[in-house]
Amino acid sequence: MKEHRHEIYGLMGEFLTPEQILHAASKARQAGYKHISAYTPFPVDGLAHAIGFPRTGVPFLTLIGGLGGGLTGFGLQYWCSVITYPLNIGGRPLNSWPAFIPVTFELTILGASIFAVIGMLALNKLPQPYHPVFNVARFAHASSDRFFLCIESRDAKFHLMETAKFLQSVQAHHVHEVSNAE
Amino acid sequence: MSTTPPPGDLPEIRRLDPVLEPGHTYASVTDKIAAVVLTQPPTTGWIVGFAMSFIVVMVLFISLSWLIIKGVGIWGINIPIGWGFAIVNFVWWIGIGHAGTLISAILFLLNQKWRTSINRFAEAMTLFAVACAGIFPLIHTGRPWMAYYMMPYPSTMGIWPQFRSPLIWDVFAVSTYGTVSLLFWFVGLLPDLATLRDRAKNRTQQVIYGMLSMGWRGSAHHWHRYQSAYLLLAGLATPLVLSVHTVVSFDFAVAIVPGWHTTIFPPYFVAGAIYSGFAMVLTLAIPLRKAYGLEDFITMRHLDNMAKVMLATGLIVAYGYFIEFFMAFYSNNKFDVFLAQQRLHGPYSHFYYALILCNILTPQLLWFEKMRRNVAVLFVMSLVVNTGMWLERFVIVVISLTRDFMPSAWGRYSPTFWDYSTFIGTIGLFVMLIFLFVRVLPAIAIAEMRELVHEQSDEEK
Repeated sequence: MKEHRHEIYGLMGEFLTPEQILHAASKARQAGYKHISAYTPFPVDGLAHAIGFPRTGVPFLTLIGGLGGGLTGFGLQYWCSVITYPLNIGGRPLNSWPAFIPVTFELTILGASIFAVIGMLALNKLPQPYHPVFNVARFAHASSDRFFLCIESRDAKFHLMETAKFLQSVQAHHVHEVSNAE
Repeated sequence: MSTTPPPGDLPEIRRLDPVLEPGHTYASVTDKIAAVVLTQPPTTGWIVGFAMSFIVVMVLFISLSWLIIKGVGIWGINIPIGWGFAIVNFVWWIGIGHAGTLISAILFLLNQKWRTSINRFAEAMTLFAVACAGIFPLIHTGRPWMAYYMMPYPSTMGIWPQFRSPLIWDVFAVSTYGTVSLLFWFVGLLPDLATLRDRAKNRTQQVIYGMLSMGWRGSAHHWHRYQSAYLLLAGLATPLVLSVHTVVSFDFAVAIVPGWHTTIFPPYFVAGAIYSGFAMVLTLAIPLRKAYGLEDFITMRHLDNMAKVMLATGLIVAYGYFIEFFMAFYSNNKFDVFLAQQRLHGPYSHFYYALILCNILTPQLLWFEKMRRNVAVLFVMSLVVNTGMWLERFVIVVISLTRDFMPSAWGRYSPTFWDYSTFIGTIGLFVMLIFLFVRVLPAIAIAEMRELVHEQSDEEK
């Protein structure tokens, strides 16, 4: 069924409850499918794990952002107060670091937060206005009361009839063909 | 939830009100909350409320224009009372914002389920309160168009900000707070914007919500990173919110003025901020749930819990007032003792007594469950506490500045028409933004409510 690969993005099963989609996702993994994605109206515990996605890079990026923000904050104040614009006020030390803590702290938080949000969006490849799954009319329910499991056509094991049968066998309420045409 | 009665030999377990009334499905919570934004036409009440707040915003614009034309001389400030209403209002507004972050971040980390239906508009309240707060220090500089001098930038003059000054710390604290609150709010909104995009019927709504939702499709990969980012943001916002009012209190505590130079200020300011913030959440939640029939989502449990938080933080604030007096007399510092006496007997003592009445005495009614469950009482109480917290900042700013060390430096302060009009104008701005918000964005986090429905159905099994 190679000829389908360009026209069809994949097959999507529609489920009614989080338990059903969790069950279907782990069955799909067991059946040997690798390119699976799941779409749910709220985060379902264990679903990312069930489709084989154990770790995210967001915490690491947040750490980088926080460290970067903090170092920038302290470095900025040190550079201003000690190097480029030193003010001798009664012989007090120029590197008065306790007074630099609030700004260092605030910039740590700022850097970490910006990296957490931008990092989350970037890793999720958002903003992404178009995606083939939006071609399925029923997919509008993915943001309210339905759960969708999509097996992508680039999966080596993908076969239009077989995969559709598989989705039906795991109690999919409906099976939709996801077209690739824009 | 099981309906089996407790065994007869045990004392009857009092059941808490649910955080979500039973009988809701994923679709019903989605429909009900999204309908407010997408399909319901604005009610007469909304139009009247919006129009009135819009008029007050015009008062703000006129006041600000006149200020820029004439300068800060139109206010009642003088030497020695250089701060006046501008700083009183700044501290008051910033404090109000704190409850939003507390609800969305700290209660999230503590896994408090009841935060779910109030976090979205509490965060909106934070943003709008920070916006109102930000106006005041800016215009109080006298030349707001020079405000960029406070930012460190390589100027041709070769000068840099004084990083040892709490006023510069404030610039960083408040701008970070505003930015992080906005990010947190937007991340929370993302799945709901996708819901609105998918349910929007007309082209304009589809395009606007489509762009704002950035193509969110609720994939498990998305949710996984999303939850990670949300948790991290909550963890970051928690120390941030505590730091912001701490830094605001440094504006006072780092100075040597009697009544300001105390170590109790940071915790006492943070508690006061949360106190006034919860009062404002109640002020907004009570009419909102009534107007849009959201009593199923914002239940008596929420109101009761918020009243308890108000009572607890109110007691911390009361302890702060007590310690201020205790330290003044215990230290035997004659300036501090004199200031304490000025609060009780000075020219502004009536403000101090009103403050005690609003912030300490009246909220004691909240010990009684009957009072916490009376919506009208809670609403009035929330207004009383907000007034009290404004008076607190007035007492701190004005009494200390009018009575510092030398009698020759003493003064009097009386606000002018423009002081009042600017203050009332920001209240109008705040209310107008809230009115707009409930019409264009979901006032309750829909995705989180669906999660709550799921958890509730799990409990039933």
